[in-house]
Amino acid sequence: MRIFDPHIHMTSRTTDDYEAMRAAGVRAVVEPSFWLGQPRTRPASFFDYFDALLGWEPFRAAQYGIAHHCTLALNPKEANDPRCTPVLDALPRYLVKDGVVAVGEIGYDSMTPAEDAALAAQLQLAADHGLPALVHTPHRDKLAGLHRTVDVVNESSLPRERVLLDHLNETTVKDAKDSGCWLGFSVYPDTKMDEDRMVAILRAYGTEKVLVNSAADWGKSDPLKTRKVADAMITAGFGEDAVDQVLWRNPVAFYGLSGRLRLDVPQADGLHEGNSVLRGGE
Amino acid sequence: MTQPPAWTRGDVAALLPDDTARAWFDEALADAARAAGTPPAAPSPYLAHTWELRFAAAGRHCGHRNADAVRALLLIEARAGLGTLTRLYGYGSAAERRAVLRALPALVEGPHAVHLVEDALRSNDTGLVLAAVGPYAAAHLDAHAWRHAVLKCLFTGVPLDAVARWTHRAAGDGELARMLRDYAAERTAAGRDVPDDLGRVLTLTGEVPKEL
Repeated sequence: MRIFDPHIHMTSRTTDDYEAMRAAGVRAVVEPSFWLGQPRTRPASFFDYFDALLGWEPFRAAQYGIAHHCTLALNPKEANDPRCTPVLDALPRYLVKDGVVAVGEIGYDSMTPAEDAALAAQLQLAADHGLPALVHTPHRDKLAGLHRTVDVVNESSLPRERVLLDHLNETTVKDAKDSGCWLGFSVYPDTKMDEDRMVAILRAYGTEKVLVNSAADWGKSDPLKTRKVADAMITAGFGEDAVDQVLWRNPVAFYGLSGRLRLDVPQADGLHEGNSVLRGGE
Repeated sequence: MTQPPAWTRGDVAALLPDDTARAWFDEALADAARAAGTPPAAPSPYLAHTWELRFAAAGRHCGHRNADAVRALLLIEARAGLGTLTRLYGYGSAAERRAVLRALPALVEGPHAVHLVEDALRSNDTGLVLAAVGPYAAAHLDAHAWRHAVLKCLFTGVPLDAVARWTHRAAGDGELARMLRDYAAERTAAGRDVPDDLGRVLTLTGEVPKEL
């Protein structure tokens, strides 16, 4: 079984997680830029974070045979802090990079005017850079947030076929599907979706344009949720082809819209098998 | 004296996969040449010249295997000075940073860019470490930093032969010999293997590796 986790924050995870993910079938991940729990207060903190997503994290992932790409953006929560908004001016420098396969996570957190402005500006950046967009839908006031998100997408110059609406659930899936965007579901231990509810949604709405992710991060989360959904799909009677579509072909098709996806895992030049990460650093 | 670049324009053009890539390469070089001939615009921390954006995008347009060579030629064509090199390294992905490090011998005379080598040697990305210990480091890294770079290669599994002129710099270096002996003792005390490369350097310092 080959698995592509289209949304996981590996910078918060350990090498044990990489090892377990590889053993479970994960061969590719996309790491969206997001908030870190501790709010940032200046653009330079974002740039160091972007650099990690373009350098250190792909290097770590490669040690475990996992291809790593990222999506970059000013996230909705920190778009409300005027000390952080100059990040928007620097994004054109970063969005041209080979490892960037979408603009994201953008969208709404508290649905403020500052979030409106950042979302619209970054949908335009995606259109300008030939990139799709990964759009986070809010956890509070979710259905209203979904509607407002779809309205802004429809007003933008980015076609809906290049937008992935993420963190959907039973209350938002129908309207999201009607919008013509791609559909993302995050499967978590306690919040968001769980495996059985995910299977029920796949039964009701089909497997087309559906992506399932673990969204594992610094909170209580599980980087093996993608595999657990695959197993739940098999138990529920889905065939291997449907599992491969949801957990591999759909994320490859969506992020492939960037033209930058490389699923072969590049190795650092001329190195022996051992390295400092596997040895526990120095 | 700077060194001639490892690749000529013709070498690189011959490596490119198709005419689309060759046309992109020609346009990027022309962009870079124009930038070399014009004074910098009003300072803006984030605004990038077109050729700098092409520098970032070289992998997917020219093939990832050719990206180092393409990027090196863009730097040369733009006559990139220390400010530009520092900026491109600072905003660079790991691949772009490697390209800057590899281009240093052809672009920078003197030790002014050694801070970029030192930055790369602080990272734990073995690809960056490997690119950092090239001819520029051999010429300009001070003795203390160079010894730590050698030790870091042994620690992280970067092959010793990637370290430019290591036989020349290690010869008769008693302090390096002491550091290597201590490292070997630490590995042995922990019941771990001593890297083969360690014995090769120790021999050159004038020490006999059999004492390990």
